[in-house]
Amino acid sequence: MANRPVAIAGQIVLYGAFAAFIGYFATNPRYQHLEADQALVKLSLAHFGDRECRKRTPEELKQLPPNMRAPMECPRERSPLTIELDIDGKPMYRGVIQATGLSKDGIATVYRRFELASGEHRVAVRMNDNLRQSGFQHVKEDTVTLKPAQILVIDFNPDKGGLFFK
Amino acid sequence: MSVHAALRLAVQTAFRRAENGFDTAFGPTDNPLRHLGALGFFFLWVLVASGLYLYIVVDTSVVGVYRSIGDLTRDQWYFGGILRSLHRYATDAFIIVMMLHLVREWAYDRYSGFRLYSWATGIPLIWLAYMSGIGGYWIVWDRLAQFSAVATMEMFDWFSIFNQATVRNFLSAETINDRFFTFLVFLHIGIPLLLILGLWAHVHRISRVDALPARRLGWGSLLCLLALALARPAVSDLPADLGQVALDTRIDWFVLFVHPLAYATSEGFAWSLLLGGTVLLFALPLLPHTRRAPVAEVDPPNCNGCRRCYVDCPYGAVTMEPHPYKPRHQIAVVDAANCAGCGICVGACPSSTPFRSNEKLVTGIDMPQQPIDVLRHALEERLTHLSGLTKIVVFGCESGADVSRLAAQDTAAFTLICAGMLPPSFVEYALRAGADGVLITGCRPDGCPFRFGNHWLEQRLSHRREPHLRTQVPALRVRQAWAGPTDEKALEEALHQFRRDLEMHAGEATHLAPFHRRTIPHGQ
Ligand code: HEM
Ligand code: SF4
Ligand code: SF4
Repeated sequence: MANRPVAIAGQIVLYGAFAAFIGYFATNPRYQHLEADQALVKLSLAHFGDRECRKRTPEELKQLPPNMRAPMECPRERSPLTIELDIDGKPMYRGVIQATGLSKDGIATVYRRFELASGEHRVAVRMNDNLRQSGFQHVKEDTVTLKPAQILVIDFNPDKGGLFFK
Repeated sequence: MSVHAALRLAVQTAFRRAENGFDTAFGPTDNPLRHLGALGFFFLWVLVASGLYLYIVVDTSVVGVYRSIGDLTRDQWYFGGILRSLHRYATDAFIIVMMLHLVREWAYDRYSGFRLYSWATGIPLIWLAYMSGIGGYWIVWDRLAQFSAVATMEMFDWFSIFNQATVRNFLSAETINDRFFTFLVFLHIGIPLLLILGLWAHVHRISRVDALPARRLGWGSLLCLLALALARPAVSDLPADLGQVALDTRIDWFVLFVHPLAYATSEGFAWSLLLGGTVLLFALPLLPHTRRAPVAEVDPPNCNGCRRCYVDCPYGAVTMEPHPYKPRHQIAVVDAANCAGCGICVGACPSSTPFRSNEKLVTGIDMPQQPIDVLRHALEERLTHLSGLTKIVVFGCESGADVSRLAAQDTAAFTLICAGMLPPSFVEYALRAGADGVLITGCRPDGCPFRFGNHWLEQRLSHRREPHLRTQVPALRVRQAWAGPTDEKALEEALHQFRRDLEMHAGEATHLAPFHRRTIPHGQ
């Protein structure tokens, strides 16, 4: 090597630059995901749509082998879900969600996120889970106060009385 | 020139400049840019070592994971904390050298033909590296982990390939349990293991893999990361809280860049970029590129099975098999798919010596595009026409500095495919056939596109590798001046210096006895 001291100085500078490069971008610049006063509403639910089931008559039941005598006859296919979400009167989401699975017998899921300013909001969700019936069987409307950074989840659970916020 | 070729050339020039600059500071053996793959392996071993310790001390329960990692930084900063920081920074370093290695291979047009295998097996490694890195950040289970987990799941849900929206698992603390962390740790060990397996596949066809940096480069890199770990210890963010969104976070841009990208554009856009980029990398070798060189050919009568070509081939393209008709002898067999067409085997073959009297020089293994016989004829022919006080023969190669411009009344210049193709006996032959000196050049040390060409030749000339230059050849009359494509001025200067030195010793009786083949046909 032509010049030891210069070479060593060069190495120090280059190693230093490598360390500085890693050290900086390992945490910088800060990533501003949302503005400081914002909150999130997550519409996130998973629900089995209804099936059109029919009660079997006693005669029909008798004709079936004993191990298959289910009182109801249900098709595999499930109804899609129709969901609407309004925030402060503005329509934020309108969707028809198909049941999953090849024979449409699975669960229907939706996940959407909405960024809002924190503060008071009027949130209204409506869901129809049976195509044969018009209107919405499940409705939830409430005024919520969102703190900055808060996540409000809109979910559905029949055991908790249908649609709920948390 | 296509846009792609122009871009590649520009990046290649930038790389070459940087490499030459780094040579001044580090020297070729410790030049990080010349050993990016080896550095990648090195950082991976640092990751494995520091990761083992973290694995032992991290408590993989929901309540324990955040605390046990934080404790490392707080109570054990002098050891566990340093290892934790090393683990993080070695990841970043790994990703940087991996990407540089990729860009460098592309810039030097090293991704098609016999290198297609290395290229194609390299691409999945990028995905495995990122999966390991991103998963690692989740284990900390702080706000950053939560942010990355949710962002990743939102990306996967974009495909809706899973029946459930997977991101629903990250909506409330109830769905996060101890099993989740055990699973994360399992993945964070399993995926790096796959990466190591993939790396083995990536390099196993190459012989003598440059899989560890030279000692000084290794220590330098480790100290560099250690200094960083001390100056900026890795710390956790606030603990994860699924009821709150992380408004702003300190993210590791090397590993987690995809999240800001997806949020700034869309999940679909981010996926198209990632998947499109991957497809493009796979497709690159299909785009126009340099034509594949003809491969080495073995001549059974002239192969005695000495295995030198087998030992020296940088791509493991030679195997030894029983000779078809020489009992108890082996024969070299070339695997065309692996052969780079570099000619290094020709330089290794003892049958390549020009002192053989046959009119046609046929060696054991030869390159159809530049047979050794043609080189001998050209050398003999040029030597008879050289005139002047000090006649010099220059041997150079296609990838190094252009030697054809050195040709003059008193200088003959020959360009070989690779410097490693030159049988050392040709040097002696040139001196006995009328040359006063032989100047040997080729790529800078550790700069050979065929990995070992200049290195083997240098060892053969200094009697450290077979076939070596015979010791009666006076050192004064042989000079090495390794020079890359941008070093032509330096090479010219080296030639002048060599000539001056030879002229200074002109009076000394250091000439070898002349040798003329019995069947000298030239002039016929
Ligand atoms: C994951 C990190 C990687 C590591 C640690 C690594 C390591 C290596 C090593 C040690 C070599 C042998 C170099 C030598 O001995 O001369 C090599 C060769 C090669 N790598 Fe990688 N590699 C990685 C990723 C990649 C990627 C992502 C690509 C491109 C898609 C790639 C493309 C190549 C090519 C084309 C060669 C062949 C070079 C030649 O034959 O001259 N590698 N790699
Ligand atoms: S030409 Fe190069 S790659 Fe091919 S067999 Fe000879 S040494 Fe190996
Ligand atoms: S170096 Fe030449 S003689 Fe030796 S095995 Fe190879 S081809 Fe045969």
